[in-house]
Amino acid sequence: MPGPRNQKNEMLQGTLDMLILRTLITGPAHGHTIAHVIEHTSDEVLQVEQGSLYPALHRLEDRGWVSAYWGVSENNRKAKFYKLTAAGRKQLVAETSRWRQIVGAIGRVLGEVEG
Amino acid sequence: MRLFRFRHRREKDADLAQELEAHLQHEADDYEAQGLSREEASRRAHVRLGSATRLREDQWQWNSLGLEGILRDIAYGVRTLARSPGFAMMAILVMALGIGANTALFTVVHSVLLKPLPFADPERLVMLYERSVDTNYPFNIVAPGVYAEWQKDAKSFEGMAIFGSSSYNLSGDAGQLPERIEAARVSDGFFPILGVKPAYGRVFDSSDDQRQAEATVVLSWGLWKRRFGGDRSIVGNKILLDGAKYTVIGIMPGWFAYPDAQVQAWTALHHEIPPDQLTALDNHSFNAIARLMPGMSMQQALTEIDIISRHLREQYGANLPAISLGANMRLLLDDLVHDFKTPLYVLLAATTCVLLIACLNVANLLIARAASRRKEVAIRAALGGSRWRLIREQLTETLLISSVGGSLGLIFAYFAIHWLVGVRQDIAREETIRMDWVAIAFTVGVTLLSAVLAGLIPAVSTSGKASLAALQESSRSHTGAQAKTRLRRVLLSLEVALTVVLLIGAGLLLKSYEKLRSSDMGCVTDNVLIMRLSLPEADYPDPAKRAAFFDQLLLRLRALPGVSSAALANVVPGQGYGGDNIITIPEHPPLAQGQVQIARRRFSDPGYFAALQIPLVRGRIFTDQERVDKADKVVITQLLAHDFFPDEDPIGKHLVVDVLLDNHPRPYEIVGIVGDTRFQISEPPLPMMYFPISSGLSRRAVIVLRSQQDVNALASPAQQVVQSLDKDLPVAYIETLNQLIGASTIEASFTSTLILAFAVLSLVLASVGLYGVLSYLIQQRTSEIGVRIALGAQRDHVLRLLLLDGLRPALVGLVFGLAGGAMASQLIRSMLYSVRPLDTATFVVVAAMLISVAALSCLVPAWQASRLDPMRALRVE
Repeated sequence: MPGPRNQKNEMLQGTLDMLILRTLITGPAHGHTIAHVIEHTSDEVLQVEQGSLYPALHRLEDRGWVSAYWGVSENNRKAKFYKLTAAGRKQLVAETSRWRQIVGAIGRVLGEVEG
Repeated sequence: MRLFRFRHRREKDADLAQELEAHLQHEADDYEAQGLSREEASRRAHVRLGSATRLREDQWQWNSLGLEGILRDIAYGVRTLARSPGFAMMAILVMALGIGANTALFTVVHSVLLKPLPFADPERLVMLYERSVDTNYPFNIVAPGVYAEWQKDAKSFEGMAIFGSSSYNLSGDAGQLPERIEAARVSDGFFPILGVKPAYGRVFDSSDDQRQAEATVVLSWGLWKRRFGGDRSIVGNKILLDGAKYTVIGIMPGWFAYPDAQVQAWTALHHEIPPDQLTALDNHSFNAIARLMPGMSMQQALTEIDIISRHLREQYGANLPAISLGANMRLLLDDLVHDFKTPLYVLLAATTCVLLIACLNVANLLIARAASRRKEVAIRAALGGSRWRLIREQLTETLLISSVGGSLGLIFAYFAIHWLVGVRQDIAREETIRMDWVAIAFTVGVTLLSAVLAGLIPAVSTSGKASLAALQESSRSHTGAQAKTRLRRVLLSLEVALTVVLLIGAGLLLKSYEKLRSSDMGCVTDNVLIMRLSLPEADYPDPAKRAAFFDQLLLRLRALPGVSSAALANVVPGQGYGGDNIITIPEHPPLAQGQVQIARRRFSDPGYFAALQIPLVRGRIFTDQERVDKADKVVITQLLAHDFFPDEDPIGKHLVVDVLLDNHPRPYEIVGIVGDTRFQISEPPLPMMYFPISSGLSRRAVIVLRSQQDVNALASPAQQVVQSLDKDLPVAYIETLNQLIGASTIEASFTSTLILAFAVLSLVLASVGLYGVLSYLIQQRTSEIGVRIALGAQRDHVLRLLLLDGLRPALVGLVFGLAGGAMASQLIRSMLYSVRPLDTATFVVVAAMLISVAALSCLVPAWQASRLDPMRALRVE
């Protein structure tokens, strides 16, 4: 059974999940904010493909890493807010350390080339 | 989890719609804040997000179980099939026949050949045989003396039993007619070795299995129910067998049918047969069954008894030339079904061929249809229909065809099995043939496999990169269709090849059946009625009494109105091997060490030869006066004269024969030579000798009646004659001589007819395929042909061109088919009767037939194409 689309890049997809979780650590947010925050904090380097944002959010919700509720946004509009769960927090820690390991490893490899 | 999502997917969808809407609003808010108009901001937000519908569809699909996809496929498949009902009906029918025939044959093969016997640990049950001095009989039945040695010395067996077939006259009491029942005489180990227990009472123990013991009998369930009304008090009571009293000690359960389903009673062997007849080392007349020790291999056990047999041969071979060379053995199941293995597997292979052809044909038809839907498919692929979807649709369609076909096939198989069991009562374990869950599982498996086979070939060919080409393809050209045409041609060649194999098999089997039917029995077989009787020892203890009975019987039979001749013999032509004896010729020097002369032994009255029109070649027949103790004359057959008196006149010479099997051979003077007859239609004649039946040495007799009118009308008067002579004497097996001979050809006729039917069906399918492919090809080339004709191509040239085009796959298939047929004919070698496997005539006829059928089915579309009106053809597209 096919899952949501946009699985062109597994690495990016995993990263997006991690970034979403990281964004939510400061408190609940709705989809638009999440995208905005990611883009803003990365100095517009990372562009969130909005078509894959929502499937990612639903996937995270399905796995129980985030929970969702309807609320009112800063623009005074109705919006769906996502909140990090305890499981999500644990997942974030795991993924972050795994990410650091990979980055470190790649860094070491690349460092040797430069040296 | 998934189920939960599935139930809530409508809410979820609404939720997502709202969420996306909120996102768009927020995004638009941002753009608006940058100074754009609300309208422009909203447009940009939409562009940035992409298709919201697509996102919703994705989620919807993610939340579904895939069930509706399947339902949609099925609905789509039904619609497509309904659009071309002719195709659907044809495909379903073809599949039903293929699957049905396979299921029926598989059921028979499974029940007869594969299912274990219903005995305890049947894989340890073996039949023991002797390797005869006549090397044509490596599995000869056993001499009781040899068996006794095996039983005494062999350590590889848990137990052994010896048994022989027999029959008894069951006398009537309380006004019932006497009847003749088939029985087995068994030693006391028989039932324990098989591991069967009686339904009531007990079986023989060692005290019953002795000459001096009281006579005892075990009844079959069927006989007990039919003759004794299922009355349990019969156990312990006495019944009359051959005029003597036997105590019924047990009733076997209904399922027990060994040695065969005809046996209705079992008696104790050592009680029935005097001990001096059970010591002979060279009288091969019994069956031996044994149970191997646990863990003992057949090879070890065989080696052990073989050594014992070889030892006996060394020790006594000089005086007893007919003593066997060694021992032999095979599993009980193999032994029972041995004769049916090849024919049944051949039939199963033939049905598999038919099913394969059916699948190829359906695949072929689907490809043809797919070709006309090329653009539809291409457009769908271009619009984002995934390749998997398209394959799935095709598979669903063939699955529909094959499952409807399979269900019909199951019904068809049910009736086929019913019919088969009715026609082929001669198959061993025929009573166990029934459809069970294994057969049903097999049907389901075959159905799925056919669907995949028929569906995957066209599905794989329709999808792929070629689809874009279909859109680009100019409507006038046919280039894009070439790959598909090639595939269709390959499929067709395969179909034709399989058909040719079937045709060759059918041709060879039919030819041997014809040869078999027309083989010369050596006597007249039309208008001959036969019936069997046996004079019981108790009522006819001495030869004189038996001879007197036979004389009286013949006298009265000949007096019957309508009887043109009446005769008696112990065994008639076509009835089987009968008995044989070792003969020595006192006028000849002794034979070399280890050599024997064997002749089949027959008893008859002097009128027998005239009655069956067996020619008297030289000399005379014995007379009515040469009877009882004056019966010292013998009549031999031409073959015996040829084999044993090659360069001399046998008349006046003698044969020394131990006719009575009492170890006192007597000389018999040869008085005449008669023509050869066949003891079995499929076997060549063997040397034979006739003694007068009025010698009284044979208890058995076959009444032979000929008439100018319908011989069947004589059955009842003849029975009354027997009854008037002895009211307790039953007659059995009332039939015509042609029926008796026909029964032994049923196997050949059945197999050849069925395979012929399969071959014809395949031929029809293949020609339909050829017709379809050429029609399609021509349809593709209509405009090209139109142009050719318009430019002045001769019509007969066009016809020839197209004909050759259509015939090419048939010719390729024919070549492969002939090669395959040559291989297949080696496999059915054992089923052929005086036909060589590579029978040139059969191969030529099959090739000619195939080419003409192929040419015919190509001629129609080719002819139509060559008559094309070029103007119309060019306007087609």
